[in-house]
Amino acid sequence: MASDNDQVGPFIAKDCALVGIATGMRAQNLRELRDHLSGIHPGSIYYHFWGALLRPRFDDPQYNNDFAVWCHYALHDDPLAERLAVIDPTDFEDLESLRQEMIEVIEERLEEIERIPWSERDRQFHFLRSQIVVFDTGMQIQRPEDLVEVVPRLPVGSIFYHFIDARRREPIRIDDFRVWLEGFADVYADLQDRLAAIDPYFMTLTKLRQELASVFEDYFGKVSA
Amino acid sequence: MSAIQDYAPVVGDDVIYHLRQLAEPLGGLKVVHVNSTRIGGGVAEILQKLVPLKQDLGLDVRWEVIRGEEKFYQCTKAFHNGLQGNQTPVADYLLKVYEETNAQNAEELRPILEEADMVFIHDPQPLPLLRSCPNRKGKWVWRCHIDLSHPYRPIWKYLRQFAQEYDASIFSLPDFAQPLPHDQYLICPSIDPLSDKNKDMPKGEIRKVQQNFGIDRERPTMLQVSRFDRFKDPLGVIKAFRLARVFTPSLQLVLAGGEATDDPEGSAVLAEVHAEANDDPDIRILMLPPDAHLTVNALQRSADFLVQKSVKEGFGLTVTEGLWKGKPVIGGDTGGIRLQVVNHHTGFLVATPEGAALRIRYFLRHPEKVREMGRKAKEFVRENFLITRNLREYLSLMMGLVYGDEDRIELEKKAKWCPTESSIMGSSRTS
Repeated sequence: MASDNDQVGPFIAKDCALVGIATGMRAQNLRELRDHLSGIHPGSIYYHFWGALLRPRFDDPQYNNDFAVWCHYALHDDPLAERLAVIDPTDFEDLESLRQEMIEVIEERLEEIERIPWSERDRQFHFLRSQIVVFDTGMQIQRPEDLVEVVPRLPVGSIFYHFIDARRREPIRIDDFRVWLEGFADVYADLQDRLAAIDPYFMTLTKLRQELASVFEDYFGKVSA
Repeated sequence: MSAIQDYAPVVGDDVIYHLRQLAEPLGGLKVVHVNSTRIGGGVAEILQKLVPLKQDLGLDVRWEVIRGEEKFYQCTKAFHNGLQGNQTPVADYLLKVYEETNAQNAEELRPILEEADMVFIHDPQPLPLLRSCPNRKGKWVWRCHIDLSHPYRPIWKYLRQFAQEYDASIFSLPDFAQPLPHDQYLICPSIDPLSDKNKDMPKGEIRKVQQNFGIDRERPTMLQVSRFDRFKDPLGVIKAFRLARVFTPSLQLVLAGGEATDDPEGSAVLAEVHAEANDDPDIRILMLPPDAHLTVNALQRSADFLVQKSVKEGFGLTVTEGLWKGKPVIGGDTGGIRLQVVNHHTGFLVATPEGAALRIRYFLRHPEKVREMGRKAKEFVRENFLITRNLREYLSLMMGLVYGDEDRIELEKKAKWCPTESSIMGSSRTS
């Protein structure tokens, strides 16, 4: 296995913790959701798309962002829930363009319907944002083969940081593992494709760690066999 | 007293390692928690655990308690009820006692509070202390443990004047947050897996408790643990039990709650429950003392499944406790129960006694599903509702207050190469 990392620096494993903050903004109907979305802190859009992975949830969520979940459970508007759920935040350059897309989809729905869908008093949408603390774990990985040992032992916060949060940080909006493997030219192209095929939306971070571990084990196991 | 490492066998070494890393930059930080009682009540119970754990992680933590006369507590009890929606005004003379008591306590605590890097004030009792500490150098945070979703407005308006001067506040759920001119952090409550109420128990002890209360362990048992309070709908639970018993005559119901000697409404509800049960031998109504933690633990472990059919609920730690014992919960679709009971995963959410009865019948016919959901319930609590998660969020919040209130705080640290498996995260790690 080629593992020349003279030009490629080590993979520095980081970890993170997230805490939720209330913005004080609430929506009880679809129009309020649209209005608040226009001016809400961009951190709130990030939180409602990605933060669910670090919150209590189950491994088969029906919809993969909080806006879609609210439209389904509180507004009972499934067409809108489906259209919002299919939005992939990594398709957008930044949170502002993601915000515009959301508003577009909601505007379109508002034009289609006669009555504004509304929720009960205790089912309002609460706009939250988060504060993320990122810290160095003190671990560095020199060779891609080391991922087999290291990944199963990473805290779930680290999995979030490198596999989820990276999509917001990196200009090419992919995870940190693939960014690092890019440095080895085409040597790990197949592995990169396998990582690209993991859909992080439909599993918990613990499951995601297992899946990543099994991809690395399977790949390097086969190569060394 | 448990040390942070004691939690490793329960939550995993990676979680403990994560906490140590997070706490490292806060080492030596002077933190003071203030509340109004050292024993009894949920806040004291949380602080008894959290303070030593923070100390163990290297923070310089103190826990101070304010004192007051009877009228002070009369006033703060009225605040508590008012903030939870009880529309009863508080007399002006009681407000005066409240402010004077805080000013007196400040005389004693001022040197400690003004010197601290961070002060956490718990609930409304010590809220005005901040005003008596004009030379404070640290950040002050108000931690509200109360359901503030629909407060009685005049009481909240009065308390808000104190709360708004803080640097941040903490609420348990988004529903409880109120318009305030500072960041409102959301940290939901948690349970301690090593406490008497939640630790593992030998089967023999569980059987002994069943025997003491005349619970037949050969027959299916459902349990609700809660105060005798209308919001917990004990009469609805009895109705659901009777509707389900038609299909499973061997079913038993246990309603376990605390003594209600200081709560006239509690006694009235208890009397209603007894009247409704009408000496039914298959309904056990248990009055337990406040320190009956092991008994509650055994009852939760002995039941086949749990019910928490509340019509209003702040968070519902009894639900968390039940799920932690691997028991699915049939819960009222309200408040914090919704966060914990995930339909078809950790239990069922219901709106009526009839809905509860249907789910009870389902559980009685599908014991394998009860076991499967119970396993998921325990893992769900392990990942989300244990004290280690609470601690992690507190540390993140402190980091936010110390390093600025930006969305993203990046801490630099010298990285070290870990050449061998054993040193990847310290040699004590397990896979």
